[in-house]
Amino acid sequence: MSVLVVTEQQGGRLHRMSFEALAAGQTAAKALGLPLVAAVAGSGVAKLAEELAATDLSEVVVLDDPALAAYSPDGFAEALRQAVGQLAPHLVLFPHTYQVRDLAPKLAASLGRPFVSDVVGLKFEAGQTVFVRQLFQGKLHGDVTAEGEPPYFASIQSGAFRADSVVTRPSPAPIRKLGLSLDPATVRTASEPPFQDAKDAVDLTAASIIVSVGRGIQDPGNIPQAEALAAALGGELAASRPICDNGWLPLDRQIGSSGQTVSPDLYLALGISGAIQHVVGMKGAKAIVAVNKDPGAPIFEIADYGIVEDLFEIVPALIKALESGD
Amino acid sequence: MNIFVCVKQVVARDSLLRIDGGCTWVRDDGLSFEMNEPDTYALEEALRLKEKHGGEVVAVSAGPPRAASTIREALAKGADRGIHIEDDRFVEADSHATAAALAAAIRREAHDLILTGLQSDDAGFGQTGVILAELLGLPHATIIMEIDATGGSLRCKRELEAGWFQTVTMPQPALLTIQSGINKVRYATLMGIKRARRKPFQRYTPEDLGIAMPVRQRVTRLYQPEQSKETEFLEGSSQEIAEALLSKLRFEARVL
Repeated sequence: MSVLVVTEQQGGRLHRMSFEALAAGQTAAKALGLPLVAAVAGSGVAKLAEELAATDLSEVVVLDDPALAAYSPDGFAEALRQAVGQLAPHLVLFPHTYQVRDLAPKLAASLGRPFVSDVVGLKFEAGQTVFVRQLFQGKLHGDVTAEGEPPYFASIQSGAFRADSVVTRPSPAPIRKLGLSLDPATVRTASEPPFQDAKDAVDLTAASIIVSVGRGIQDPGNIPQAEALAAALGGELAASRPICDNGWLPLDRQIGSSGQTVSPDLYLALGISGAIQHVVGMKGAKAIVAVNKDPGAPIFEIADYGIVEDLFEIVPALIKALESGD
Repeated sequence: MNIFVCVKQVVARDSLLRIDGGCTWVRDDGLSFEMNEPDTYALEEALRLKEKHGGEVVAVSAGPPRAASTIREALAKGADRGIHIEDDRFVEADSHATAAALAAAIRREAHDLILTGLQSDDAGFGQTGVILAELLGLPHATIIMEIDATGGSLRCKRELEAGWFQTVTMPQPALLTIQSGINKVRYATLMGIKRARRKPFQRYTPEDLGIAMPVRQRVTRLYQPEQSKETEFLEGSSQEIAEALLSKLRFEARVL
């Protein structure tokens, strides 16, 4: 029995969220009194195993096979199924990445086990792991328990644990290559190398002030008001996903897990509810101001300054105050 | 092309949520319900593929009796048939139980392509589609932004993180989970709503399909999130709020 953290790598580098999942794994292993094992899967990933072996865990296992050179749900699920079979872990933690969303439900379902996705916190009550996650777009939180026999699978949301809290160890942990038997013929999907549509025309990461709009802006005709406020503040205009989905602003203005991740001095969220997919892209801002009519909007959980008002009242007042003040 | 599109009925966006007596879900009374927004994009994509390649679109939902109205909405928008696996337990069921019910209904019929939204706006586990593919033994791809179904195979544009994409190909039958924003969804026309009433609508119970609905994970407690920051709320007239905010941003947060 162990806590197994399945890390993610892309192009020979560990995904930054792998270390957040490791931090969660260290917490869980300590609380449950179980050894911590980290796994890395791919082709030619020995170097990454060494990087993992420098952290406080009992063993690093390597799933190294030419069939794992590129990600495929069939190939990776089979490799991990074999690893789980050999290691018999109690708890298997993943970073909540797009790849894990594609892979982990398949893996857990094929074993008939629960996968608690998108976890923002872990609690341990009488030897049982309680997974905290958001529901209803972040408006409510829920404690979730896994039922039946272990292993239990879970993925850790970005920012829930801190990568820099990972404890290191003085001498490297042992590294073991697992024997795998993979048949490339069973892989049904073929993937091509990743690409970007157009190089981001706007680099929002460089902006020190960002005015961002969400569904509360109601109509594309209202966007110029937010644009005027951004201009008055000397900042950039950005948006949450639904605004870009509607084509009201181009995709390269999108903040969140599928868009850009920013940490400006000031982030002014106008009519943004604060779903986790958006929040992970902006919660590193130094000061967050939220304007939303709904006092229950989850954006207020992370805001420094909250204004529960109609944004169409507040925005013109702010522009006016900025113009008269300068 | 026989396309199945899975739709879920969820609490309408911007509803005032009240936690139920058991503290495991929200109170149903006084709420309105709508089709899960990501599923509306999956439905639209199914209708467009049918318009291009011919065939049939079947809207499937596992949900309580009220979910029938969401299936009717899909029919009004152009789906040809509806299948409702009806049981109150689906309101709080985990993704595996829901997927098992959908799989049992879809397995009975010829299927070339199954589409789902990428996640639900209520529980948001984001797993039902992938589990459904696994239970049906189908290849899958998630968070799809473009589908090319010419020539019997599927060539899809899959969204990765931070503005990256990838092309994946796979044979049919297959399952795809659809990213919101892939298309512009249509509205139901009056004619469509009228026609929907005469379209085939199959009802099953879990027992009809031999589904036991075991629980693999459950919400044991639902609660208001705790504040992670000390939020200072500004009140007053719009002018007072604006002036107070600018002053705080200049002299307290020092970001202006």
